[in-house]
Amino acid sequence: MYVYDEHDRQIAAERVAQFRDQTERALAGELAEEEFLPLRLQNGLYVQRLAPMLRIAVPYGMLRSDQLRRLARVSRDYDKGYAHFTTRQNVQLNWPALEDVPDILAELAEVEMHANQTSGNCIRNTTTDQFSGVQTDEIADPRPYCEIIRQWSTFHPEFAFLPRKFKVAVNASEQTDRAAIQVHDIGLQMVRNDAGELGFRVHVGGGLGRTPMVGPVIREFLPELDLLTYLEAVLRVYNRYGRRDNKFKARIKILVKALTPEGFAEKVEAEWAHIKDSPTRLTRDAIERIQSYFTEPDYAAIDNATDLLAKQRFENRGFDQWLSHNVDTHKKPGYAIVTLTIKETGTPPGDVTDRQLEQIAELADEFSFGEVRVTHQQNVVLADVRQDRLLELWQAIKPMGFGTANLNTLTDVICCPGGDYCALANAKSIPVAEAIQRRFDDLDYLYDLGNIDLNISGCMNACGHHHVGNIGVLGVDKKGEEFYQISLGGSSHHDAAIGKILGPSFARDDMPEVVAKIIDVYVDKRTEEETFLDTYRRVGIEPFKERVYA
Amino acid sequence: MPDVIFQDGSIQPDRWTVVPRPAEGESLDIPEQGQALIPADLWLAGYEHFAGNDAIGVWFDSHDEPEILAGKVNDLPVIAVNFPKFSDGRGYSIARLLRERFGYENELRAIGDVLLDQLQFMKRCGFNAYVLRPDKDIEKAARCLNFFSQGYQAATDTDVPLFRRRAS
Repeated sequence: MYVYDEHDRQIAAERVAQFRDQTERALAGELAEEEFLPLRLQNGLYVQRLAPMLRIAVPYGMLRSDQLRRLARVSRDYDKGYAHFTTRQNVQLNWPALEDVPDILAELAEVEMHANQTSGNCIRNTTTDQFSGVQTDEIADPRPYCEIIRQWSTFHPEFAFLPRKFKVAVNASEQTDRAAIQVHDIGLQMVRNDAGELGFRVHVGGGLGRTPMVGPVIREFLPELDLLTYLEAVLRVYNRYGRRDNKFKARIKILVKALTPEGFAEKVEAEWAHIKDSPTRLTRDAIERIQSYFTEPDYAAIDNATDLLAKQRFENRGFDQWLSHNVDTHKKPGYAIVTLTIKETGTPPGDVTDRQLEQIAELADEFSFGEVRVTHQQNVVLADVRQDRLLELWQAIKPMGFGTANLNTLTDVICCPGGDYCALANAKSIPVAEAIQRRFDDLDYLYDLGNIDLNISGCMNACGHHHVGNIGVLGVDKKGEEFYQISLGGSSHHDAAIGKILGPSFARDDMPEVVAKIIDVYVDKRTEEETFLDTYRRVGIEPFKERVYA
Repeated sequence: MPDVIFQDGSIQPDRWTVVPRPAEGESLDIPEQGQALIPADLWLAGYEHFAGNDAIGVWFDSHDEPEILAGKVNDLPVIAVNFPKFSDGRGYSIARLLRERFGYENELRAIGDVLLDQLQFMKRCGFNAYVLRPDKDIEKAARCLNFFSQGYQAATDTDVPLFRRRAS
């Protein structure tokens, strides 16, 4: 994992001092609220429905155990003793006091954490696949490139006041896309060209929210050394020509659509031609230096524990289910990737207490070289667990609330904080997630249904990524009452698609039954081996409509 | 007369008058005395007349394209870039293009809704003079120009990004 050097430490310390100064001027009335707004947002500080909210960056989702412990302490000392993992691999505190935020940032800087650019109209935290570096099918480890982008985008002087927020995601797996890159402003797919050279396929102009779009490819192959100059060209075109007259039309996707992807690509290429050989061009040395922080941990030379696991799972059905659903294949013999689902029914998806954060830190130290990753599905990954210790780990996590073996099933819901916390929301989302989780409490049935992405957002801003849920739920406001609209067929993976709206919306109490009817149609119509999405794509939306609105 | 703050932190009275774009049918109203900044496209339209006049500079609005002055920028003693709203970041790109692509070497000043906390970004993009919004405390400007002792990126102030410095 990346470790700060003296330059990073100095910049982080200067940032804390700057924000302390800004906060003091704001509290003294020297900065108008509208002037302080973008400054505090670029330090992760929102003003929410009930209190400020502080969004802390977790670059590309990686956390060390000392950072987890510091998050636990901060959430205890400055907040109500819990934190929230978001759909962008960040951590949020929901109740900090404004005047405490400089102190919180100082505490975070001590463990190489920050809240830089977690909000505001600037380049946000770059996200990636939580299995980076340990999976079997990646082109190369994407995390060094994410760190290179993090450094380049941090306090970029030209791009701190963009027309709107700007999100970049990187994916390196050929088989799957766990980073949802095609619904980001820039999505980078790592590829090799015919000569075997490493580079990126560049998608620009995807995104959710009011006008959801899958990002078209504007460059099939970008050599790795050209990464930053090309990003700079894209951002410069967007900064100059993106719409600023209407915030709903200010995202880069609107510009790409207006110019057409080809027209936009031409503008970028023309800009890039001027700067591609500038000093911002990456060097082999610079990449290798960053890569040296993402080397393999000290793996033991061991064989796969095939016989042991077979015996253990035969003796213990719960362990067997957990292995089947929450444990993935690792590139190293004898190791496994474990996902702790933070989705216990009755707990808002992504919420963790200070004690749980410390427990995760202990698990990381004990089982996974002191590191974890947070996922955009609001779960936590222990990426390097010895197979011969999986049973011990499973027994440890059960009482902590992390043992629910429902990864990628219907109850592994992605859900925004919704109207319970968020000032933007039109409707609550957490109670809908809980009601659906209660309705589908039979694990065997869930396993039989297979992988289904259920995503819930409390408003059109789509923090819960409802557009790309196989089943998407959107909270809408109708004359002061909360209703929920359903869409079907969305996907955030390599086959990215925006879901199609089923029809008129439903009252909250009806939601579990509506979802049950949708599931019934799938169960009736599916052929063997078909996922929910496969069946939907084959039979279309009509059979679902007929059943739900019968 | 408002003050202007320069890159080195010095504060001087501002001797330049910004001449607004004339309404349709009207002509430019350049003051007879002193120094004036006129819209860049109008300067270009009257290039034969204006070039070489050290009392005439130009200003760009945030949606203007600095490309129109390619090859001629150093005929100007001052170029100003207007920030109609501090949150409109187009002026940063305009400044970098003027400096890095068109090689502009003279005074580049930020005008309009210029606040303290944006000064360092402006400096890094090539501005070297700043006319703060009048209600802002110019005494704090020098500090705000220097909150950070270094940046990660190459920009107008340095063509050595941190990754190249680390390698050396």
